[in-house]
Amino acid sequence: MTSLNEEVFPEQASDIPVRTVTITVNGEKRSANVEPRLLLAHLLRQGFKMTGTHTGCDTTNCGACTVLFDGKPIKSCTMLAVQADGHDVMTIEGLASASELHPIQEGFKDEHGLQCGFCTPGMMLTAKALLDVNPNPTEDEIRWALSGNLCRCTGYQNIVKSVLWAAVKLRGQAAN
Amino acid sequence: MSLDEIKIGGMGASRRRVEDNRFIRGKGNYIDDIVLPGMLHMEILRSPFAHARIKSIDTSKAWGIPGVRLVMTGEMMASRNLAWMPTLSYDTQAVLATDKVRFQGQEVACVIADDAYIAKDGCEAIVVEYEPLPVIVNPLQAMAPGAPLIRDDKENQHDNVVFDWEVGDKSGTERAFAQADVVSKLDLHYPRSHPSPMETCGSIADFDRATSKLTVYMTSQAPHIIRAAVAMVAELPEHMIRIVSPDLGGGFGNKVPVYPGYVASILASILLERPVKWIEDKTGNLISTGFARDVYLRGEMALRKDGKILGIRMHTDSDHGAFFSDAQPSKFKIGLMHSAFACYDIPVAHLTARGVYTNKAPGGVAYRCSFRVTEAMFFQERMVQAAADDLDMDQAEFRRINFVGDDDFPHRTAFGFLTDSGQYGKCLDVGLEAIGYKDFLKQKEEAKKRGRLLGIGISTMTEPLGAGNSREYDILGIKMFDSAELRVHMTGKAILRTGAKSQGQGHETTWAQIVAHELGIPADDITVEEGDTDTAPFGMGTYASRSTPVAGAAIAMVSRKIRAKARKLAAHLLEVSEEDVEWELGRFYVRSSPDRGVTIQECAMAAYTNMPDGMEPGLENNAYYDPPNLTWPFACYIATVEVDPQTGVWDVLNVVAVDDCGVRINPMIVEGQIMGGLTEAYAMASMQFITFDEEGNCIGSNYMDYLLPTAWETPGFELHEVVTPCPHHPIGAKGIGECATVGGPAAFVNAVMDALKGTGVRNIDMPLLSDRVYEALTKRRDVSGMPPMRTDDV
Ligand code: FES
Ligand code: FES
Repeated sequence: MTSLNEEVFPEQASDIPVRTVTITVNGEKRSANVEPRLLLAHLLRQGFKMTGTHTGCDTTNCGACTVLFDGKPIKSCTMLAVQADGHDVMTIEGLASASELHPIQEGFKDEHGLQCGFCTPGMMLTAKALLDVNPNPTEDEIRWALSGNLCRCTGYQNIVKSVLWAAVKLRGQAAN
Repeated sequence: MSLDEIKIGGMGASRRRVEDNRFIRGKGNYIDDIVLPGMLHMEILRSPFAHARIKSIDTSKAWGIPGVRLVMTGEMMASRNLAWMPTLSYDTQAVLATDKVRFQGQEVACVIADDAYIAKDGCEAIVVEYEPLPVIVNPLQAMAPGAPLIRDDKENQHDNVVFDWEVGDKSGTERAFAQADVVSKLDLHYPRSHPSPMETCGSIADFDRATSKLTVYMTSQAPHIIRAAVAMVAELPEHMIRIVSPDLGGGFGNKVPVYPGYVASILASILLERPVKWIEDKTGNLISTGFARDVYLRGEMALRKDGKILGIRMHTDSDHGAFFSDAQPSKFKIGLMHSAFACYDIPVAHLTARGVYTNKAPGGVAYRCSFRVTEAMFFQERMVQAAADDLDMDQAEFRRINFVGDDDFPHRTAFGFLTDSGQYGKCLDVGLEAIGYKDFLKQKEEAKKRGRLLGIGISTMTEPLGAGNSREYDILGIKMFDSAELRVHMTGKAILRTGAKSQGQGHETTWAQIVAHELGIPADDITVEEGDTDTAPFGMGTYASRSTPVAGAAIAMVSRKIRAKARKLAAHLLEVSEEDVEWELGRFYVRSSPDRGVTIQECAMAAYTNMPDGMEPGLENNAYYDPPNLTWPFACYIATVEVDPQTGVWDVLNVVAVDDCGVRINPMIVEGQIMGGLTEAYAMASMQFITFDEEGNCIGSNYMDYLLPTAWETPGFELHEVVTPCPHHPIGAKGIGECATVGGPAAFVNAVMDALKGTGVRNIDMPLLSDRVYEALTKRRDVSGMPPMRTDDV
């Protein structure tokens, strides 16, 4: 069990209230004792040591912290860890298996859909949520779906291409 | 047979990026991902006032919070002589405020605690008593007689003027204006903006008492400059300082300066003997770290009736905030503003520039540009369009008449720069062709009859990149060269280290391609490492598009040194004299019998196993490169727009970019840089700015007020290229990272102004928000972007 209380607040006074939360992260049940005010993004990053979820703004604007919450993209910087109790969370670490990349990851690499990489995990998870419900999106549908995720480097054109690339490959896989 | 350069990932290959392998898996190593044993967390308490005297600071409640380890104030910093630090422009900046606060968001105190939440609690528990003072938010107020003195901490500073500077030929320019048929005038404001990389700034200072070594992980685009600065400010021996710049989530100039948070975390770590992490929040980043632009222009152009420009007069008033902390060459007070008009053949010009202090965040950083060239090129291209309109000339034709011709290089500009190459007319032609210029003009006339407002905007410019040369360019006296170190291992694999520092530009990919080009070692066999001052050779870092022009050149040069030694090894292996050895990519062979040859890998093996008598073993070297001149890429950006006369909303129809950045190392990455730059250009033209109210409150302190375009608003881009190799760069490259940010904004603004042509509106200051456009259309007058001010203070 990962206890955030032990790992992140090593010398903290004992009178701070904590709650135990249990979350399915990338298919694996994880528990932690957390302060009620702890944000989900911080539990994932510091408690569960999954640093692929980034925090860019803390104010629900940039989407760098996007994770899939019961399959839907949410901004984990604005959700309390306790709100995630009993739910299913997917982070970027859960997108690929150890040996194989997800087509979205391949698409981002092949179409140069990233530069500094800071927005990339959030972008890819938002793209996954789109492709899960719409396997054949138009460029406009992709742009609209990604409009909650800011990228300062790429100008989005290659991100759109990356998602289209992934959509083609995923459709091919589904057909087989 | 010679190797296929594209196959080995050499020059011209759109090689997929090496760094992506970790980024797409969420395995990047950004500052906030680094965790050290026993690490504490620091938060900063910032001033809510833009100008106020600090009457008292009570930290007792903060000390009482369980988990709080240290509370630092300006007084405490002062007792260690660290309350003030030098800036990169020979000014001083407060680390933690002592006497008064001079801008909203200024650092007042720091709390170090077991975690960031407790540190924030600690900040909230500090009670500061302020006595508000009158606030200055623009240059007019700053220069008004009797204006309150912002920098009363400085001896001999009796007003709010930072500098008065001039360049060019004043009397010659006066004569040119006396002979002019027409004088075209335009006043402009380039609004305050912020580079705002997605990742904010941060540091982890780790002082080890046992070894006396200070390691600082830090978001820095220029780690070696930071090491030198820390050595001087903290008076620590330089060899005991190690700066490590990990993966950076973007930089764009924001991560060049030294910020108070870095210094405070270092002192905290020394005092507590534990690692101290500081991660800035977004608001802290936007309101306190290096802003950009904020320059007012008075521009005049002397013209002959036939369209020839006879002379240019420019005056700029720049707002530097409370501390002059621009990162720029020490010789040039307003950066390279005088690079304006470099692509035009203009006999004479004169620029005067005044910088002032205001109660705003310090900075003037080069946001995705070389030191104010963004302002220079924007002013230039807006003035060019206004002049063409004043003469009633076609805007493309007006540019063509005044361009420096292809055969006129090298060309000395009116302000004294030496441009060396370009095909300006050709770039313009490619752009006009791509956008369908003639058709669009017809379409525009047709649309006008039906009450629709279409416009087309052109921006053409050559900008100086790649500072130095070291004769003219230094920062704090450190000459602007760069470096590379290459070690070829026994089996022909290699590691390359440079003094540059990628922030998303893909150095790990492209640098290896230069080595592959020079040595024929496949790019996949080369590791590239940057950012650790203990291992990387001294360099000036990555900004001002200087990495390819300077570090890239150093990489080519060090590769050639390696090749020179490998040639000796080849001669030894082939048992011929060195003169009889020829080179083709990846292989030396005997001139008289080309079948007899050895590969570069075989030479590498010999360097460790079978060197000739008397030869020093090993195959490694380094190179420091001091460029003979700046590089001068050229660009032509064209945008078409439609303005809705009912609302002032404008939509981009098409964008065409023609870039001549010389030889392209990795075309895919070059195009990525251009599209990113165009997006920031569109951002500035349409929505992105930081302004202030009369009280000095920053409007733009978060992404709800400081608007960055999303995928939805951002237009699509069509890219074209022209290649004029740089005559003095070893591989003919010129640099590209910033061209579109620099040249792009004027294309969008010119397009909207073109749509408004005939309405009597000459200028709307950026960003062209729909309410500004609407105001201009309905009131038929220009709209200024100067922040409001309290009339009772002026
Ligand atoms: S960090 Fe969550 S939206 Fe920006
Ligand atoms: S790749 Fe840098 S923010 Fe998107």
